Amino acid sequence: MSSSIAQTVKTVVSRYGGDATRLMDVLIDVQDELGCLSHVTTARIAHTLGVPQVDVEQTVSFYHFFAREPRGKFAVYLNDSVVAEFCGRGEVARAFEEAAGCRFGEVTADGVVGLFHTACIGMSDQEPAALVNGQVFPALTPDKARELVAGMRAGKTVEELKGGRTGDGQNAHPLVRALVHNHIRRRGVMVFDHYQPGEALRKVVAMSSGEVIGVVKAASVRGRGGAGFPTGMKWDFARRAAGDVKYVFCNADEGEPGTFKDRVILTERPQMVIEGMAIAAYAVGAQRGILYVRNEYRYLRSYLEHVLEDMRAQGLLGAAICGQSGFDFDVSLQFGAGAYVCGEESALIESAEGKRGEPRDRPPFPVEKGYLQKPTVVNNVETLCSAVQVMLKGAEWYNRLGTEKSKGTKVLCVSGDCDRPGIYEVEWGFSVNDILQEAGARDVQAVQVGGPSGSCIGPGEFGRVLAYEDLATGGSFIIIGQPRDLLKDVVLNFARFFREESCGSCVPCRALTGMAQVVLERVIAGRGTAEDVERLQSWQKIMRNNRCGLGQTALNPVVSTIRNFRPLYDARLAPGDPRFVPGFDLSAAVKDYEAAVSKG
Amino acid sequence: MASFVRYTLDGKTCLAEEGTQLVAAARDSGVYIPTLCNHPGIPPKGSCRICTVLVNGIPQTACTTKVVEDMNVTTGTPELEAFRKAVVEILFAEGNHLCPSCERSGNCELQALAYRYRVTVPHFPYLFPKRDVEAWHPKLVKDHNRCIQCKRCIRGIHNAEGKALFAFGKRGDKVVINIDPDTSRDIGDELAQQAMDICPVGAILRKGKGFDVPIGRRRYDREPIGSEVKP
Amino acid sequence: MTAKAPRARKIVATTSLAGCFGCHMSLLDIDERILDLIELVEFNKSPIDDIKTFTKECDIGLIEGGCCNDENVHVLTEFRRHCKTLVAFGECALMGGLPALRNFLPLKECLEEAYLNGPTVAGENPGRIIPHDPDIPKILNRVYPCHEVVKIDYFLPGCPPSADLIWDALVALVTGKELEPQYRTFKFD
Repeated sequence: MSSSIAQTVKTVVSRYGGDATRLMDVLIDVQDELGCLSHVTTARIAHTLGVPQVDVEQTVSFYHFFAREPRGKFAVYLNDSVVAEFCGRGEVARAFEEAAGCRFGEVTADGVVGLFHTACIGMSDQEPAALVNGQVFPALTPDKARELVAGMRAGKTVEELKGGRTGDGQNAHPLVRALVHNHIRRRGVMVFDHYQPGEALRKVVAMSSGEVIGVVKAASVRGRGGAGFPTGMKWDFARRAAGDVKYVFCNADEGEPGTFKDRVILTERPQMVIEGMAIAAYAVGAQRGILYVRNEYRYLRSYLEHVLEDMRAQGLLGAAICGQSGFDFDVSLQFGAGAYVCGEESALIESAEGKRGEPRDRPPFPVEKGYLQKPTVVNNVETLCSAVQVMLKGAEWYNRLGTEKSKGTKVLCVSGDCDRPGIYEVEWGFSVNDILQEAGARDVQAVQVGGPSGSCIGPGEFGRVLAYEDLATGGSFIIIGQPRDLLKDVVLNFARFFREESCGSCVPCRALTGMAQVVLERVIAGRGTAEDVERLQSWQKIMRNNRCGLGQTALNPVVSTIRNFRPLYDARLAPGDPRFVPGFDLSAAVKDYEAAVSKG
Repeated sequence: MASFVRYTLDGKTCLAEEGTQLVAAARDSGVYIPTLCNHPGIPPKGSCRICTVLVNGIPQTACTTKVVEDMNVTTGTPELEAFRKAVVEILFAEGNHLCPSCERSGNCELQALAYRYRVTVPHFPYLFPKRDVEAWHPKLVKDHNRCIQCKRCIRGIHNAEGKALFAFGKRGDKVVINIDPDTSRDIGDELAQQAMDICPVGAILRKGKGFDVPIGRRRYDREPIGSEVKP
Repeated sequence: MTAKAPRARKIVATTSLAGCFGCHMSLLDIDERILDLIELVEFNKSPIDDIKTFTKECDIGLIEGGCCNDENVHVLTEFRRHCKTLVAFGECALMGGLPALRNFLPLKECLEEAYLNGPTVAGENPGRIIPHDPDIPKILNRVYPCHEVVKIDYFLPGCPPSADLIWDALVALVTGKELEPQYRTFKFD
């Protein structure tokens, strides 16, 4: 074994106190230094932590961004989401391949460039976008791709590749310096209004924890991640749960394709999110907070560390917050490593404990037994922002916003075929038509509301409103124009996404996501039957018995389009005698043989 | 002193010790709930989903559910039975289950459930995945073609120091169960046998063992799985 | 005798595709009931009476084996055209069976192992030829279960299906009654 591996592992493991539950941090840091996590390295990590090597391997191999082999001096992760494809991702990918001289999934012979596919990286308003050694390169064109590869070959650094440019707002902060743009198209009163850090917290410490929860309950704040669980109730459960130590998690692992609000909020309002965590901590009696951020946003790391440090300095974190003795709470950052399912709260907790992001069985719920088996509140980024404003302006103010059953505002991430993709903070109750109009969308075939796990609706339903009681959404709002091939360009892409992102634990989710792709490809190829379509639809019932939300909704892209766009399926069905299976293609089946026996 | 609770099982009032696993409580009351990833004595995981029942009307896995007072459990609606059959069929189509050449045939829980549900051909596409057979271990063979990723070996088999021998690798439809070269190095025949026995299918085999019970006298040759639970 | 012979005998065709004829052996293993069978049914295209091509439309087609080459596909398609009811019997017909063990390897690798690089090939194939001729069937990229090629009406599992299961199924088909297979006869091996 190389001594540098042993030395690096030793240093990193001791940085985290030899604690095996900090495995994610250990792996991320070791990979940063060594470029990859080879079997030799994982064996060393296992040995140093005193755990079986297979236990380290099971975590490493679960996450997309952990590499077993070097991924090049410049690892290019080009997003392959639906919206990226809409924006010309295919040509950019070809340009990368031609310029680099290797295919996706490979590293060039000189080890300079590695090209990899990756799921939505939270840049749907500025696609096609890629991560290069963790830095974002948005709005790519084939020319830019060629230019980037030339720069890499010319020995430039990633900073130099960015060309000294930055995006707007805090993207230009010296600790961010990202090419990313915020595209805040509509500022609402919750997240993007005037905000003074600490104001809400000072108000909160003058109240009892019960009173704080009372206000959140009276405002009927509901979770903004998509499921809409009442926040006050969640806090109350955690407050009542027995435990000497309690935790508050902020879930910033937005992985639903088409979602990017957490990125913009963490860029422009990080103090608000952290203040929200502190309020939650005060309410439930928690001492520690973990801000779990998806790996794709690691370019915000130094900036977020700085914000935390700054808030500590202002007495908004740390011991005796706002001078309130006994109110001790601090927040640390935890990064993921590329797994959509970690957005599910119990999977997020598992991941933070250094394990595979597999959702847990419930009960017990995280509020009773969460992180390290202690009571844990997990809240979405936007939910915490709502909590801050509710504490500042009161439940009555909050209740005046939105609809009967959905109070407050929602930050929408609009992307796809429209003139003004970006962030729209609207009151609940806006109709799909309202949004389409504001975003400058014409000739719309369909809208994917709530991302692939949501539903795909056609023009007949554009009068519906965004609200928990009608179209619930975590924020993703993908506009699909008329010219798109809905089945091939959208549904198939989503089907692949779910196949790749299933954790693999529950049988129906692990197997049916792949089988759905097989059947869907057959239908798209014109070799499917009506029976195939019925079959796909009938699988939804089976999927409902999966453990987590991902598994339960993984066939939604297929099923909701069969429901709402059935003619598109019917038009592709194979004609002919039902006694013969059109899916069987004799001429394709003998091709391998013909190739094997052909001369030369 | 254990406290007993009253709960309803398929319309009948039953008694069980509070906190008993629903699968076990139902069995004691003469109701068989099929299981695959569940195994007595190891922590339940709820991953195969076949033991899904309705608890107060909501689908829940019976292996991860503990009996509490006034719980209302329904185990055998036509929908639940159809779901269970579907799970068995999915597993057959997902992996490479060539029963005629399998050492575990006749003693295999997956096969026995297929018999119970009279599965002939799955209503799901065969995937014929390319999977490995690992034979490097001195005592064990791991045939990934047959593995149903139930994790029973992961949860149930540990070496003398209490360390795991098996763990998951990868994710989604690529998950595999790996053997740790280090913790499994010095295992004896007894632990190897335990590993083979804990596997519901023929994915973990002791080298040199297999086909040692003649056809006709194997566990599921005469009586269906679940017949040991008498109403 | 367990079933009364109907006046008009049902016409049965059978074939073995990529199988080992074990299922046909099991069919013959019904012992003295074979005499009843002859009263119940009339065989058309089948290795049992050696009729090579369909001479009339059949009521029941029994298929052993899956499809590993284009000739299997051709025969199976013919059976589907000429038989009202098609029954796949045996593991190979149902899921490819042992021939499907090659489904996890590229065909090229299998052919090269068999004809070029395998230990039994040494010196015997100086021209390094993988057999190919318009007169021999083309091998498919993988072995296909019958229901992936044509619609199959009924499936009888087993390797081979027990004689009792085959008998029960034939009686059920001839008499139009539903088959409820006994546990003892319903096996995958």
